[in-house]
Amino acid sequence: MQITINGKQHDYDGDPAMPLLWFIRDDLKMKGTKYGCGMALCGACTVHVEGNAVRACQFPMSGAAGKSVTTIEGLDKDHAHPLQIAWAEENVPQCGYCQSGQIMQAASLLSANPSPSDEDIERGMSGNICRCGTYPRIRCAIKKVAEAGK
Amino acid sequence: MSMPEIMSRRDFLKKTTATAGLTLSVSMLSAQHAFAAQGAASEALAPNVFINIAEDGIVNITCHRSEMGQQIRTAIAQIIADELDADWDKINVIQALGDPKYGDQNTDGSRSIRRNLDRLQLASATAATMLKQAAAKGWGVDAASCHCENHQVVHTPSGRKADFATLVAVAASLPVPEEATVTVKEKSKYKYVGKPVASIDLPAVVSGNTTYGQDVELDGMLVAVIVRPPVMFTSPKSVDDSKAKQVKGVKHIITLPAAKAPAVFNPLGGVAVIAESTWAAMQGANALDIEWTSNEHSDYNHDDEKAALIASAQKGGEVVRTKGDAKKALSEAETLMEATYFVPMLAQAPMEPPAATAVVNGDKVEIWACTQHPQAARSNVAGALGIAEENVTVNVTLLGGGFGRKSKPDYVAEAAILAKQVGAPVKLVWRREDDIQHGYYHAVSAQHIKAVQDENGNTTTWHHCTAFPSISSTFAPGVDMPSGGELDLGFIDNPFDVANMQLEKGKAVNHVRIGWLRSVCNVFHAFAIQSFADELAHAAGKDSKAHLLQLIGPGRIIDLTAEKAEPGNYGESLEKYPVDTTRLINVIERVTKMAKWDDRKKEGRFLGLAAHRSFVSYTATVVEVVVNEDGTWSIPKTYVSIDPGTIVNPEHVRAQCEGGSIFGLSCAMGQITATDGAVEQSNFHNYTVARMQHAPKEIEVDIVESDAPPAGVGEPPTPPFAPALANALFAATGQRIRELPIPMRLTKNS
Repeated sequence: MQITINGKQHDYDGDPAMPLLWFIRDDLKMKGTKYGCGMALCGACTVHVEGNAVRACQFPMSGAAGKSVTTIEGLDKDHAHPLQIAWAEENVPQCGYCQSGQIMQAASLLSANPSPSDEDIERGMSGNICRCGTYPRIRCAIKKVAEAGK
Repeated sequence: MSMPEIMSRRDFLKKTTATAGLTLSVSMLSAQHAFAAQGAASEALAPNVFINIAEDGIVNITCHRSEMGQQIRTAIAQIIADELDADWDKINVIQALGDPKYGDQNTDGSRSIRRNLDRLQLASATAATMLKQAAAKGWGVDAASCHCENHQVVHTPSGRKADFATLVAVAASLPVPEEATVTVKEKSKYKYVGKPVASIDLPAVVSGNTTYGQDVELDGMLVAVIVRPPVMFTSPKSVDDSKAKQVKGVKHIITLPAAKAPAVFNPLGGVAVIAESTWAAMQGANALDIEWTSNEHSDYNHDDEKAALIASAQKGGEVVRTKGDAKKALSEAETLMEATYFVPMLAQAPMEPPAATAVVNGDKVEIWACTQHPQAARSNVAGALGIAEENVTVNVTLLGGGFGRKSKPDYVAEAAILAKQVGAPVKLVWRREDDIQHGYYHAVSAQHIKAVQDENGNTTTWHHCTAFPSISSTFAPGVDMPSGGELDLGFIDNPFDVANMQLEKGKAVNHVRIGWLRSVCNVFHAFAIQSFADELAHAAGKDSKAHLLQLIGPGRIIDLTAEKAEPGNYGESLEKYPVDTTRLINVIERVTKMAKWDDRKKEGRFLGLAAHRSFVSYTATVVEVVVNEDGTWSIPKTYVSIDPGTIVNPEHVRAQCEGGSIFGLSCAMGQITATDGAVEQSNFHNYTVARMQHAPKEIEVDIVESDAPPAGVGEPPTPPFAPALANALFAATGQRIRELPIPMRLTKNS
């Protein structure tokens, strides 16, 4: 099967049940997408498939066949997506491990809903755990980008 | 919140495009600088192990503490850049290997700044002195008439300047001055210390360009997953690996030796599956069919343990602090207040589960690991393989959270043992299930407190017994009592001003590996003490804040030794870091002012207050709750006031107060329980941690400006959160919470 990751086409002929996460991390050696739980419970592995946020740890390669996948490395060619800039401005990350997934989830949230309410943000981000507790700053960063987009 | 200083949008764009890996650079530096500090360059100025100024003037700073989100890499760079007055764009931070030459590297106990501020300032001032001497020599002036300014030495009277780069060779030839002859900057002249300097790792983190332990990749590397015994110290009775062997990519299946008490940092044993990829290793592990032996821990059940601990706390134990005669006062009292508090086991559950990569070459081993304790990782590997410590190189990656779990390098030894056995580089990864089920757990605890109040509602007697399986039981056989170090954690330094006080420790045995989790025993001690103080306020019909201040009494230094206590005081002297109630009172006054405590009733807000001394810092927290008609609750706002003495970066302190509060919330939401010796929880569906919708929507932080010696920051914000939350929920519902976790839905009865 063929799969496009960050605009680049790749061939894959392995186990179609293997989660996309391991193709990205082990085969392509792209480490920005993280392993956190393996059960789609924490969101550390969030990537976009055709623009929609999915949990790569539970998303089989068969589902990605012929699709276009975006990871944190490909979110913006200069790594300067408005959310990445807002994340730095608000000094969001602590350990940083969950933040690729948080940013990818937030990007998907904002593309579906450019002006989310507080409740929309909570609902949209509820699947992404941060053990460092950066939630208030994540909320601020998302709001900042939403405000700027108005 | 404004953008952190010293980082413009242009800088950000520039930096995010820079390559960043294990040795992360703050500007686009060539790889050779990474080697300079390892001693490769002969012309560099390297007066000590922390600083190496290369021939081109780049200041290489070695960070010997592990980075797990507290931004220690930035803080250490701030300290060192400050004394040199270095240009922030001409510094490079290198992560130290595990090596005793750096002094203590165990990154826990909230002591990186507390124990290193002075020595790093001195280390940097030493380099600055040598640069000034080199310039003075060239100019034929007195070095004392020179100062460092923006990566140059300046002859103060004439204004003559020389770049660091032009001085390095001469400075490197000078003798390193005696410490006593070196002076550090006055606080008023700080350029970086005390300022909200942006984290050097921000650009790499937001672009996903980071290397954590789970991310290490070596040529020819295999990936290992271990299925560990469900009950501590049991082992496989039989292993059917026929299905596992059929998984494509599985190369080796190895049964490891069983572990024995005491657990220490030894691997737990089990069966390892080593494969060509992570997915194959995980699939192979799932396909194993193992029957396990049983032992005395196989009878361990949560409910029995809870009953035994409560009985132990209620019975009382050995006295560890006494003043007046609490026993007599209790026996003579007409009425007394008493309550039992229970807090279950917790898991640290860092977002990155433990991982380590090992390469064994003859009698030499190289390790890459997300470890909080690089030197213990090194000695643990040396011990496991029977080789000299000098033959073990431990590279420290970024840590995806630590919270105490990654201070225990059992997983590093596992990687080394497997790499040796298969003769190839091995990355050993823990799955989330391994992390939740085979951890070093925060101890389950029960506490019983009794108090006597006089006719004015003033507390005259306080009797408190704490019982929990000790961390020491992980390290020595037969331990069934809390250790002194654990009683130091928010128990023995009780700040209350009562005529009779008796503190006791009760018996408890362990059935799992007991470890430490962010703020450790302070979690349950603060919960019981600050909850019971609120109960006493309610019983006396007093305002919670006014009552708490009354209970603490006048501002004073408490002489614990006069009350037959033996405080370890977080390894600090009581002269330098006394138990000072003035500072505790101050943070209570400040946090309640910030939260508009006195207006809460007329505004219809429900607030809870708690204050606690830990890691020689003082923190007070006010939590505001909203309880809905259906009994569900949420936290619109939280207020924290902290007095941690001298600080290096207020943004870091603020972030730790926010994150530490939310970690405290998680401590009030989750629990680890065991049935037949095996942990019942396995992943985030049944081990509950705070998510965005649970967390305070906003956290307002107040940092007391202070010239006091630096104290802890990473842990102190955690302990007061759970009692402040429980007290707020009591204010809103009339329901007293004496047991964690707090139900997500309460019954509203007032």
